[in-house]
Amino acid sequence: MTNLQPTIAPDTLLTQHLPILLVIVPLLSAPLIVLLRRSFLSWLVAMIASVAAFGIAALLLQQVLASDGVIAYAIGNWEAPLGIELRVDAVNAFVAFIVALVGVFVLPYCRIGIAAEVRQEEHYLFYAMLMLCLCGLLGILLTGDAFNVFVFLEISSLATYVLIAMGRDRRALVASYQYLLMGTVGATLYVIGIGILYLQTGTLNLADMAQRLSGVGDVRATLAALAFITVGVSLKIALFPLHLWLPNAYAYSPSAVSAFLAATATKVSIYVLMRYYFTVFGAVTVFDAHNTGMILLALSLAAMFIPAVVAIFQRDVKRLLAYSSVSQIGYITLGISLGTVGGLTAAIAHLFNHALTKGALFLVLGGIVLRCGGANLDRLAGIGRTMPVAAFAFVIGGLSLIGIPGTAGFISKWYLVTAAMAEGQWWLAGAVMMSSLLAVIYVWRFVEVAYFQAPPDDHPPVGEAPLSMRVPALLMVGACVYFGLDATWSGEVATRAATALLEGWQ
Amino acid sequence: MRLDIVLRVLAKLLIPFALMFASYVQFHGDFGPGGGFQAGVIIAAAVIFYAVIYGLPSARKVVPDGVIEAMIALGVLIYAGVGVVGMLLGGNFLDYFVLAHDTVHGQHRGIFWVEVGVAVTVSAVMLKIFYVFAARRRDAEEESS
Repeated sequence: MTNLQPTIAPDTLLTQHLPILLVIVPLLSAPLIVLLRRSFLSWLVAMIASVAAFGIAALLLQQVLASDGVIAYAIGNWEAPLGIELRVDAVNAFVAFIVALVGVFVLPYCRIGIAAEVRQEEHYLFYAMLMLCLCGLLGILLTGDAFNVFVFLEISSLATYVLIAMGRDRRALVASYQYLLMGTVGATLYVIGIGILYLQTGTLNLADMAQRLSGVGDVRATLAALAFITVGVSLKIALFPLHLWLPNAYAYSPSAVSAFLAATATKVSIYVLMRYYFTVFGAVTVFDAHNTGMILLALSLAAMFIPAVVAIFQRDVKRLLAYSSVSQIGYITLGISLGTVGGLTAAIAHLFNHALTKGALFLVLGGIVLRCGGANLDRLAGIGRTMPVAAFAFVIGGLSLIGIPGTAGFISKWYLVTAAMAEGQWWLAGAVMMSSLLAVIYVWRFVEVAYFQAPPDDHPPVGEAPLSMRVPALLMVGACVYFGLDATWSGEVATRAATALLEGWQ
Repeated sequence: MRLDIVLRVLAKLLIPFALMFASYVQFHGDFGPGGGFQAGVIIAAAVIFYAVIYGLPSARKVVPDGVIEAMIALGVLIYAGVGVVGMLLGGNFLDYFVLAHDTVHGQHRGIFWVEVGVAVTVSAVMLKIFYVFAARRRDAEEESS
């Protein structure tokens, strides 16, 4: 257990410690930012940390895909299941890659975006919170310990509440409080679920728990734990009808935060649900013995339609996108509810594609809000003439949301439809199409206002958003198109991840 | 209350003992009940006691807001720093075994510094919460006047 070598080559240090570095780089940057205090310096540290995190996440993903196995890292050199370990396979490495990728897009954008929305003396606190949120999300993904998931969940959630409350609109405070209440209920239910599992198995290590649960057999307590964890995590996912916190939280938080949260927070919670369903409880318990799949399927269908209809009637584009997020989450959980490799591939692919799409849309919208002074459809009239590039980028993102061929959204819907058909569920394929038509309507509302209405009298002069906001937004829109045209890489990784998830950690 | 000589003298007498007790809880935490969290709370309690008797402005002079904020961050850095030192010495993150030539000694050293970090952050966070609540009415009055 002991290792008294005084020095170690830097490259082995790096490759050997990749999992923990991904968590502690953002963690260390947060207190550093608080000590530095200056707005520019804190942005710089956050920027460096997020670029480093992205580099580490990319290396880690590459390492996992090359080794075709599980990378375990014993924190403090205490071997699992006694100690806490980080456990990385194709699934969490891929989701961590997505989260770190979004971080790299959002941070350069913050420099001007946040200056306009957050008071100067609070900038360093904003960046510290953003880094803590990133650390928490990455921690949830990488850890192999049930209680550690909760700790990181709280780190990311508490940071998120503060980030939302920093919005310029005074309603941001109420939105944050609402999320705090719902999020706390969700976390509490999750902990109760873990408590039951801990009583049954005597371990908190997820891999060990999975092994021991299979020996316990099918008992009521397992079902109770499954129910608590499902509902608790679903609150965090904003699975319909537990989504009530989401629209306000996305609508009133600063634009950069909306983009970051929409692309990462719910995705990470979906990962937690998948991990519990397939690795801990096992697909047999969840889908065959208890028919959880049917419940999830019903909720997913409701999510695909009801929030999409609500989105059509929104006047505020940020709220429109938020309701669309709830609707899109339905596609992901639909993929999970099928319980097959195909369904999971679709779910994981949509995790990636929707993160790109929604992140891009919120980033573009942030630039528009900065120039138009609001996200209300009335303020955006004629935006196609005053901000042609931004309006066009938004439309591209919208097309990806609908799932038009050539955009990332199409790829995941294609996977989803194929997976449904492979199961013989033709009507599900039809439902996905129908729900996409609803997306056409809410995207059209923007197109109509942007291109077919005259700008309001007090419209800002013709011009685009500042360069530091435009470039990340356009790059992300570009990524939507790129991964729509060439889905070889994303599709392959999603398939690998789905297979790894079904194989489990044994 | 400022004129109450009994309270003022008693506070001056008791606060050093409270701080002494905090350091006992901190450093004896390796062997008995106690540790950084408890010690941090006791340190904060001593300062809060001072603020209650002598008023918030004088407490803020003793422990300014800037210092508190730096302490909150510093404690986390100390804790995580111990972990990074473990990595640099060839172990894993938060690996105490490699912190000294003897593994038991290494564990002692690791725990000691981690608990120092905890005490620094906890005492500062407790005080920050107290300052925010205690200053609420004062700030509101200043705004209205």
